[in-house]
Amino acid sequence: MTWLKQFLSSSIGLKIVMALSGLGLFGFVIAHMLGNLQVFLGAEKFNAYAAMMQGNPLLWPARIGLLGMIFAHMGSAAALVLRSNKARPTGYKSHQWLSGSYAVRTMRFGGLVLLAFIVYHLLHMTVGTAHGEFRHCMSDGAGGLTCFAYQNLVSGLMNPAVASAYIVAQVALGLHLAHGVWSLCRTLGLGNPRYDLLARRAALSFGGLITAGNCAIAIAIVAGLVKLP
Amino acid sequence: MDLTLNIWRQTSKDSAGNFETYQLKDINEHMSFLEMLDVLNEQLEGQGKEPVAFEHDCREGICGSCGLMINGAPHGHLPRTTTCQLHMREFKHGDNITIEPFRAGAFPVLKDLVVDRSALDRIVQAGGFISVRTGSAPDANAVPVPKDEADRAFDAATCIGCGACVASCPNAAAMLFTGAKVTHLGLLPQGQPERYDRVTKMVHQMDKEEFGHCSNFGECTVACPKGIPLDVISQMNRDLLVAQLKGRSA
Repeated sequence: MTWLKQFLSSSIGLKIVMALSGLGLFGFVIAHMLGNLQVFLGAEKFNAYAAMMQGNPLLWPARIGLLGMIFAHMGSAAALVLRSNKARPTGYKSHQWLSGSYAVRTMRFGGLVLLAFIVYHLLHMTVGTAHGEFRHCMSDGAGGLTCFAYQNLVSGLMNPAVASAYIVAQVALGLHLAHGVWSLCRTLGLGNPRYDLLARRAALSFGGLITAGNCAIAIAIVAGLVKLP
Repeated sequence: MDLTLNIWRQTSKDSAGNFETYQLKDINEHMSFLEMLDVLNEQLEGQGKEPVAFEHDCREGICGSCGLMINGAPHGHLPRTTTCQLHMREFKHGDNITIEPFRAGAFPVLKDLVVDRSALDRIVQAGGFISVRTGSAPDANAVPVPKDEADRAFDAATCIGCGACVASCPNAAAMLFTGAKVTHLGLLPQGQPERYDRVTKMVHQMDKEEFGHCSNFGECTVACPKGIPLDVISQMNRDLLVAQLKGRSA
């Protein structure tokens, strides 16, 4: 298996690990947004969706898979940043950017912002310790679950300060995807000019859509359009 | 025009360097950037000082020797231009110009503005060649090459190995350089037998030289005096993936 070790530890192999884990996390982010947009369908539908997810036997395998992808993504990023710093020990006195979007320059810092947000978000909406009025799912006595995800979401985001933190994180996520989705296509070998333009536009659109969709939830709650039943 | 130059001076590979400021008067706008440095060196020699060491050879924009970081851009701010083809008419009277060597761990500074770019040669030695006798030039059309692949191979083959891609890359990566060689030889029929061994060996050597990785900033393709497109990097990534599927290793 030396070939696999050699491949995965090469600069391109590490980028491929980053691209594949990024692709998986990108898929999760889309599904997560679509799931959460059901908050606009009302408390009953949203809580039923939450109960279906919580009672799903695939819940823990999916969580472990996601955690694995986050570690693979961060691990490859950390390894590459260390190499990159070593590759230019002495910097320039004067430097001008020749091209490159704003998004690409925020990848590393934005990634750290997202990591901090993921930790906070899990404590806030999954574990509940960072949430004043968090209610866990309960057995409904008939083998099913009764969940309060709608109440948790609305009471958790009613505070404008909390909603602002969520919005900042979603903008960071949008920027990360606007470069990341395009970049992962190139890393996986889709650099042909035909696919390149498509990938660039798809990345921008997905980044924008995810930011808009997730921010819409926070804004609707702060504005009182989505309220407690 | 009168200019103020801030130039990196370093006496040898192991010594510490620093920036020195020089004043130049009455520089002709038709001079090339290197001719302007020649004037500076004559002035320095006249004063009994050590002239500024910089690399140059053809002064026609095709040899790749004259790589300088000029005001934070490799070969200066003018697109698709080598330092020797950059003329002083691109600057204004009273300009302050900072001139630095190309910076990368793999490009140690030898003296002043001269860096050792042998790391790029070692990447080529690892696989950037075709190991069969090519003989004399074949008859036209004896070996069919699809037009678009011939064009892409030719675009990649225009690389002059100056190292501007490495100099401009925030990660000091040699991906555009290596990708250009991999694409140039890998797309042509003569390069097919060694295509997948070549890419694994060249990428392995590139990593061994401690160049960085590609974050798709795209600085390299803008800095490249030959405008080599970014898709050569993606071609290299794809060839490396296929090489794994074919069971090739370095």
